[in-house]
Amino acid sequence: MPNVDLAETSVRELNAALHKLGKDTNETLWSIANPAGEHSIAVGIDAPITVNIAGNVGYFCGGMNKYANIVIDGSAGQGVGENMMSGRIHVKGDASQSAGATGRGGLLLVEGNASARCGISMKGIDIVVKGDIGHLSAFMGQNGRLVVFGEAGEALGDSIYEAHIYVRGPVASLGADCIEKEMRDEHKAELGELLKAAGEIHKVDVSEFRRYGSARKLYNFNIDNAGAY
Amino acid sequence: MTEHQRNWLGTPPRKSATFDDATLAEIRRAAATGIYDIRGGGSKRRMPNFDDLLLLGASMSRYPLEGYREKCGTEVVIGSRFAKKPIKLSIPITISGMSFGSLSANAKEALGRGASLAGTSTTTGDGGMTPEERGQSKYLVYQYLPSRYGMNPDDLRRADAIEIVIGQGAKPGGGGMLLGQKISDRVAQMRQLPKGIDQRSACRHPDWTGADDLEVKINELREITDWEKPIYLKIGASRPYFDVQLAVKSGADAIVLDGMQGGTAATQEVFIEHVGIPLLSAIRPAVQALQDLGMHRKVQLIVSGGIRNGGDVAKALALGADAVGIGTAALVALGDNDPRWEAEYNKLGTTAGCYDDWHEGKDPAGITTQTPALMERLDPVAAGRRLANYLKVLTLEAQTLARACGKNHLHNLEPEDLVALTMEAAAMARVPLAGTNWIPGSPGF
Repeated sequence: MPNVDLAETSVRELNAALHKLGKDTNETLWSIANPAGEHSIAVGIDAPITVNIAGNVGYFCGGMNKYANIVIDGSAGQGVGENMMSGRIHVKGDASQSAGATGRGGLLLVEGNASARCGISMKGIDIVVKGDIGHLSAFMGQNGRLVVFGEAGEALGDSIYEAHIYVRGPVASLGADCIEKEMRDEHKAELGELLKAAGEIHKVDVSEFRRYGSARKLYNFNIDNAGAY
Repeated sequence: MTEHQRNWLGTPPRKSATFDDATLAEIRRAAATGIYDIRGGGSKRRMPNFDDLLLLGASMSRYPLEGYREKCGTEVVIGSRFAKKPIKLSIPITISGMSFGSLSANAKEALGRGASLAGTSTTTGDGGMTPEERGQSKYLVYQYLPSRYGMNPDDLRRADAIEIVIGQGAKPGGGGMLLGQKISDRVAQMRQLPKGIDQRSACRHPDWTGADDLEVKINELREITDWEKPIYLKIGASRPYFDVQLAVKSGADAIVLDGMQGGTAATQEVFIEHVGIPLLSAIRPAVQALQDLGMHRKVQLIVSGGIRNGGDVAKALALGADAVGIGTAALVALGDNDPRWEAEYNKLGTTAGCYDDWHEGKDPAGITTQTPALMERLDPVAAGRRLANYLKVLTLEAQTLARACGKNHLHNLEPEDLVALTMEAAAMARVPLAGTNWIPGSPGF
C-alpha cells in the first residue's frame, strides 16, 4: 500500500504518481498523511483506487476526479470535488464554499456542513450533505441531485435548470425560478437510492424531505419576467 | 408666404445630432418590442484605433532591410514561464476563442484547418471541444469558462494550452446567452441542458473569487495536467494595468487582452457599445504592468479586438504585444457577410457587411448557425484554405512594414517606430503626435 507523507513529499509528486496509475493497477489503496490544508491534493485521478487522506485539505481536493474513492478524514476547503466526473468523495468534516461545483458525475458525501454555493452549476453529480448548506446552493444547477439533511441558506436553486434538490430542514429562501415541488413516489425512490449510496438508508425517513426544482419559467427570455432577474 | 419665400428664406428641416436617425429608430424598436437589442460582433462605432498610428520607416538615422530578401522572423513561443510544453507558433497571429454552438461544426473545423496550415493556434469557446476541431488543429487552446460547459479532464489533457476566461472585450463583466434557436441536439448534449432553451453563461467562475483564489485554481489545473500546458488568462480591456499585474501574480503563462472592438456571439447592443475600452488604449498600460514587474517577454501578451491587416499586427507588436488574436476577421475570411449571399441577407432585413444577428442562427453563409441546410454551405477545407491565405497576407504585410523599419524580427518593432495622427491616439498609445515630440499626458508637458 503506498503511504505518502505530505510533510516529506510534495503535492506535485503525489499527483504525478497518482496520474501514472493505469485502470488495472494493483496499487488500489493509498494513504496520505499530513495534508495540512494543502491545495489540489489528489486532483485529476483517472483510476479506480481508494485514497485515504488523514486530515484537513485545502482547495479543490479531488478536483475532476474519475473513478477514485477519496476519503477525507477532516474538513475540506473550497471547491472539493469540483467538476468531478465519477467516483466518490467522502468528507468526514465540513466542506467550504462551492463543494462539488460543476460536478458531472459521482457522489460527494459531506458528513458536516457545506458552505455557500454547494453544488453550483452542478451537471450530473450527486451531493449528500448531512448538515446544513449555505446560500446560493445549486445555483444554475443543470443536472444531478443535491440532498441536505439540515437547513438550506438563502436563494436555494437560483436560476436552476434540471437539477433535483431534496432538503429535510427549513429553507431560508428560494432563488429565481426555483419552487417547491410535489414529492411523489418516484422521488422518494430516487432519494432512497441516493441515501443508500451514501450509506444512510436506514437512518433517515425519506418522507421527511421536501423537493425543490425549476419552475421552468425563465428557460426562454421573456421581457415580462424581467422582474425575476 | 410665397412659394419663393418658402424655398429660399424658410429654415430647412434640421435633424438633431443627438436624436439622429439611428437613435430614433432604436427608440421606436424598443417601444415596439419591450426588449433590448441583442446582436453579435463587436463595437461598430468609430473609435481611436490602429489607423490613427503610423510607422515611421527607416531613413537617414535608421537602416532598412531589403523587403524581399532579408529575413524577418515571425515565430513566437507562448507559455515558457511555467509550462513544460510551451507552444511554438510560426506566426504571431492566433485565432481567438469562439464556441461550437455559436459557430457551426464546419466553421470550427475550418478555423482549425486554416490555423494549422499557417502554423498557429485556434481556440475553443463556451461549448466544449469538438472532435472536428481537435482533429484539424495542430495547436488547440482549450477555454476554461465560468459555465464549464463540457469541461472534463480528458479534453484538458488533449489541449495544447488552457485559457482561463475572465472576460472578453465585447462585454467585460458580462456573461453570455445562447438563444434556444441555436440549441440543436448536439449543442444541448455537449452543454448538458435541454434542447431549445436559452443557455446562459455565467459571468463569474463558480469555484473561485479574486486573484488569490485564481492562483490556487491555476495551480490545480497545472496539477491535473502535470504542469505541461501553458495557461493563458483572457481579460476584457477595462483596467489593463491592474488586471495584468494580478494575472502575473496569479501565475499565468500568457495574457490575452481583448479590446472593445472584439466580437461576441450574442450580447446586448448597449453592452457592446458602452463597456470596456478600445484595444489601442489598452496595450501600453498592459505592457507597462509587465515591465514594472520585470515580466515583459516572459509572460506573453496576446492582444485582440479589431485586428484587420498586417499594419494592425505590426503596430500592436510595436506597442509591446507578443502576438495578436483575430476572430471577426477570421470569420470574414471563412465567408461571413460575403456579398454572394446578398439576396438572402436582404430577406433577413440587412445587407452583406452589416449582418450581425448571429444569435438567431439564420446565417446564410453557414457559419453562425446550427441549421444543417445552412451549415452545409460552408466547405471546411476551402474555407480553411481561405483563412490560411489571409493569415499569410497578414504576416507578409507585417514583415514588409517591419523590414522598412529595419527590424529582422516582428518583435523588434518598438514604440519608437510609431507616431500618432490624433491627440487621442497619441495619448492612448503613448507615442508622439506626428511631426512633434508631444505625447499628451507624459511628464514634461
